[in-house]
Amino acid sequence: MAEEKQVCLSGKGLTKVFGFGRQRTLAVDHVDFSFYEGEIVSIVGESGSGKTTLAKMLLGLINPTEGEIAFQGQVRDISSQKKRKEYWKNIQAIFQDPFSSYNIFNKIDAVLLDCIHMRGGRNLPHEKKVELMTEACGFVNLKFAELTNKYPFELSGGQMQRLMIARIFLLKPKVLLADEPTSMIDACSRATILDMLMDLRREIGMTLIFITHDIGLAYFVSDSVYIMEHGKIVEHGSADEVILNPKEVYTRRLINDVPKIYEEWDLSTV
Amino acid sequence: MKHTLQQVFHSGKFVIGFVIFVALMLIVIIYPLIITDAPLTIIAQGTFFKPGIYVNVYDSMNAPKYTLLLEDADAKRIASRLTPEDRQAMKEWLIAIGIPDNAIDIEDTAQLLGLWETHFDPKMQIAGMTNAKRNYYIRLNTSLEGLLATEGAIIAAKNADTGALEEKGNVGQSEFVNVTQVANVRVLPLGTDNFGRDVLTQLVTATRVSLQIGFIAGLIATLVGLTLGLLAGYVGGWVDDIIMFVTNLFTVIPGFVLLILISFSIGQERRGATTVAVVIGFTSWVWTTRAVRAQVISLRNRDHVNLSKLSGHSLVHIILNDILPYIASYVVMAMILQISSGILAEAGLSILGLGPRTTDVPTLGLMMNWAMIYQAHVLGKWWAYLPVLITIALITFSMNLMNTGLDQVFNPALRD
Repeated sequence: MAEEKQVCLSGKGLTKVFGFGRQRTLAVDHVDFSFYEGEIVSIVGESGSGKTTLAKMLLGLINPTEGEIAFQGQVRDISSQKKRKEYWKNIQAIFQDPFSSYNIFNKIDAVLLDCIHMRGGRNLPHEKKVELMTEACGFVNLKFAELTNKYPFELSGGQMQRLMIARIFLLKPKVLLADEPTSMIDACSRATILDMLMDLRREIGMTLIFITHDIGLAYFVSDSVYIMEHGKIVEHGSADEVILNPKEVYTRRLINDVPKIYEEWDLSTV
Repeated sequence: MKHTLQQVFHSGKFVIGFVIFVALMLIVIIYPLIITDAPLTIIAQGTFFKPGIYVNVYDSMNAPKYTLLLEDADAKRIASRLTPEDRQAMKEWLIAIGIPDNAIDIEDTAQLLGLWETHFDPKMQIAGMTNAKRNYYIRLNTSLEGLLATEGAIIAAKNADTGALEEKGNVGQSEFVNVTQVANVRVLPLGTDNFGRDVLTQLVTATRVSLQIGFIAGLIATLVGLTLGLLAGYVGGWVDDIIMFVTNLFTVIPGFVLLILISFSIGQERRGATTVAVVIGFTSWVWTTRAVRAQVISLRNRDHVNLSKLSGHSLVHIILNDILPYIASYVVMAMILQISSGILAEAGLSILGLGPRTTDVPTLGLMMNWAMIYQAHVLGKWWAYLPVLITIALITFSMNLMNTGLDQVFNPALRD
């Protein structure tokens, strides 16, 4: 089955070191991976395991110390602003904290217009732009007419995160990196947001990379799972394989840490 | 924006600082409209005239006369005539002829004069007194008698043809003129300085020039510091290394020494107020750079900056739209401090004689420099330097107060 799929994003020996001397920390340690087109991948690990650093390297926001990333079979080249811009048309992200994801001085219109401009719609007539923005907002159950001329901080956390999805809807990237997109949202909005992400994936047909510490969520949504511990990928495979049949102690621990409603927590092991 | 302004004006500290500053600004703007004299014109022949109202004597002779009968007029006149030295001399004479020391009070003019009138005899020989001293007492006595006489004084003018004195008028002791009816009256609220220039007019112009110097210096320091700080903080890498190397270099060299050396090498003649301001600006950007860099570093990894990058914005766009607005309030506060320290730096330079050249405009520092060179502080001519000190203190105080107020608004952790 894997043979039919095209490799979309892959990394080889990817390493990131912060600091030097005594303060040298190995955030990501020689990581290899290949994500296939159209699949949902989860990267699971606890805080400080290097998930977010890996995500930032994939996004090209920080440069890896070592190793290389290939996008659609070719080694990624983001050495100039023009090439970066081209790369970012293909890969986009949703961040963990919707409250800090927006520039508080820019209106919502500006956020969405940026996406239209990035897709080459700079010269479209104003009505067409409004139509596109209305469609995007409609996709995430927001009314553009109510949002126009408002600032992002006037919305609730859930609405902000939905606006983030509307942004992706406009951009239609090939890869979406969702860095714990629901961890700052209340439980009710969480399901809505996840549903919307899944809808969006179906709509655009993109690869979805899900970064989370919640292994239950990872099992629920993903095709394959990567488990990270201390900057290393300790286990990977299809979701069923990894979660129903964990080989590593660390994976088993992560699975046991998922709270179960009808089970009392055994705090003595913590 | 409106909300922020409201908050700013709810801060008591900011409002007090703002009111002081605006009052100073208003004086600086309005005063020259009323008193249009050039600030550096020399109006007084002599140095350090006391603050007060100066009435032209010649014009007051021609002003309408009014007779006011005031009881204490004589006593006041004599009291003002008798200098402390005269009083001491009178006491010495009285002691010499045997009046007990404790019976004489030189502050009590009436009693002293009473004793003098009953006991003074110009023919009396006192042992050990020189002839010159006795003549001095005779002169003193004559002038006192003249004061007590009731005829007044005759005003005479010399006839151009004959050279003889002709009586023009008579001034009685109870005659007064109304100051408003005298043609020439000059109010010198702060007297004159060592060159004979009106201190208040000079002070107002000096305040304006010093504020200008402060603004130019503050603006340059903030712009340079902001640009370098933004670049060092956001771009990072070797750009950061180079900028921080230069910044550290400037930090290690004491700024004021550098300022003195540059000012000195420019030379007195080419050192105008603007030049001095520019020099101050280009030597004081260092800490703004460091502060802005620190702020930018904490901002550059925020998600909204990452999002802006992912939206394909250029470096300049991100710096101007995603970084600068977040540190704008901080930069404004830094600029206020830079302005007030620019004013202080100018004062410091000028007092060393390295300020703007002295022929164009006065500055607060130059006024202090002049007062110091001509020893106003030793001679007790407080009006030449104290108002300048108070003005400098008020400007820096108001600015620091505004800064603290802004800090409390923009930094909620400091609110009380």
